[in-house]
Amino acid sequence: MYKVRRWVVRHARLFEWVYRSFEPLLVKLHPLWRRIGYERAEAPVKAIEKGVKGLLFDCQMCGQCALSTTGMSCPMNCPKNLRNGPCGGVRADGHCEVKPEMRCVWVEAWEGSRRMKYGDRIQVVQQPVDFRLKDSSSWLRVVRKLADQPRECADSGAVK
Amino acid sequence: MKFDDEPVPGYSLPILPGHVSPGRLERVLRAGKFAITSEIDPPDSADPAEVLKRAAIFDGYVDAINATDGSGAHCHMSSVGVCSLLTRVGYATILQISCRDRNRIAMQGEILGAAAMGACNLLCLTGDGVQAGDHPQAKPVFDLDSMSLLEIARGMRDECRFQSGRKIDMPPRIFLGAAENPFVPPLEWRPHRLAKKVAAGAQFIQTQYCFDIPRLRDFMLKVGDLGLLEGPDRVFILPGIGPLASARSARWIRENVPGVHIPDAVVKRLEGAKDQKEEGKRLCMDLLNEIREIPGVSGAHIMAYRQEHTVAEIIETTGILEGRVPWYPGRDNPSELNPESPEAQPEALEPVQG
Ligand code: SF4
Repeated sequence: MYKVRRWVVRHARLFEWVYRSFEPLLVKLHPLWRRIGYERAEAPVKAIEKGVKGLLFDCQMCGQCALSTTGMSCPMNCPKNLRNGPCGGVRADGHCEVKPEMRCVWVEAWEGSRRMKYGDRIQVVQQPVDFRLKDSSSWLRVVRKLADQPRECADSGAVK
Repeated sequence: MKFDDEPVPGYSLPILPGHVSPGRLERVLRAGKFAITSEIDPPDSADPAEVLKRAAIFDGYVDAINATDGSGAHCHMSSVGVCSLLTRVGYATILQISCRDRNRIAMQGEILGAAAMGACNLLCLTGDGVQAGDHPQAKPVFDLDSMSLLEIARGMRDECRFQSGRKIDMPPRIFLGAAENPFVPPLEWRPHRLAKKVAAGAQFIQTQYCFDIPRLRDFMLKVGDLGLLEGPDRVFILPGIGPLASARSARWIRENVPGVHIPDAVVKRLEGAKDQKEEGKRLCMDLLNEIREIPGVSGAHIMAYRQEHTVAEIIETTGILEGRVPWYPGRDNPSELNPESPEAQPEALEPVQG
């Protein structure tokens, strides 16, 4: 929902904190995921992820969440699906070129990032979307990766 | 200015140390000259002569010609087509690729094709939304954003690899550019976003129309502070300018063309003039004169949509090239003239004898 997602961006720091606390929890559950089997866990976790993130961020389930680098404003809500910042068409009032009734996702992202502790991650160039991952759980993917490389995960930053 | 190794039409220059492309634009910029680029409005036609005719207008005035790619989301002859026609007679072109219309497979193929045809410069663009154009019912692709396109193009050139990792035998030798709009929100982020583009591979930047010098000055200052204008990986910035036809058209552009910021003072100045068209041109010259004084600016990109003939006058009057005559087909050897150039015309029109 548009209103909720704008509220979230206004509280980007809180959500950053929630996410950073949530990550180790999910990683701790790694044995559980493994017992269930990541493939079998995929459907229920995906459903929960979709519900929660859909409500909070209008998540589009791209499967490779970038929220921690985009001020908690989901870039897939940008009509041009930009992953690295605003296009040149942003209106003078900060609204979107394509959807004038909506605030530009990236104007929001910038404001959100300024509220976050690690907000400067918005300055890092992001990889293009891998469309094979659409409609899969980003949480499980990140957890699996972190659990598989425990040493690297220490300074990896927030769950995405 | 003349390089000793100026090309035979259709051939590229040798690549100098520290350069990435065999093109003249990179040479002019790295030589520290004030570079002028302009853009061709590609025809709604399959007629090659039309393309050459539109290019001839810029003969002797520009260092490279942008071939727009479905600008304003309107359908026209493709950028690759226009570039190929122009490079055949020796023009320096800037290929534009917008992410709106193609996925990564098509775009990488196009980069190879255009480079093979002699295009030495690539401008990576996001592209206006399809809602702005004549086919609002089209599917917007946006498989990549301009940042990823830059990175991929750089990988193709420097690592000889497609995004997939597959090897390229002969890499495209292209000078990489991107667009920036320092005049629209989030203003504070724009210089940083430029830094991001430079990190992704941008070597030159052409900006959206500039009608607000203080904003540009501010932007350039911050870009300088970020260290983007020094060193071997520096970026060359060419602000965009163009003549406005009238106060009415200024208002229309402001309302309808995404991302063009025109301050009220500009509209007022045009309104107050007797001859608005003339005033629009004069305004453009004033902007050019102010822009050249801003530290760090490397040139200007003149977008004179449907007023292409004014480019020559703007350049002559401002003396911006300081006597330099950019190469064009026929400059040094009249037999190489663009067949559609007005200078070539009288001969061509001579009645066939007998
Ligand atoms: S204005 Fe903002 S949200 Fe709209 S297309 Fe451009 S970047 Fe995306």
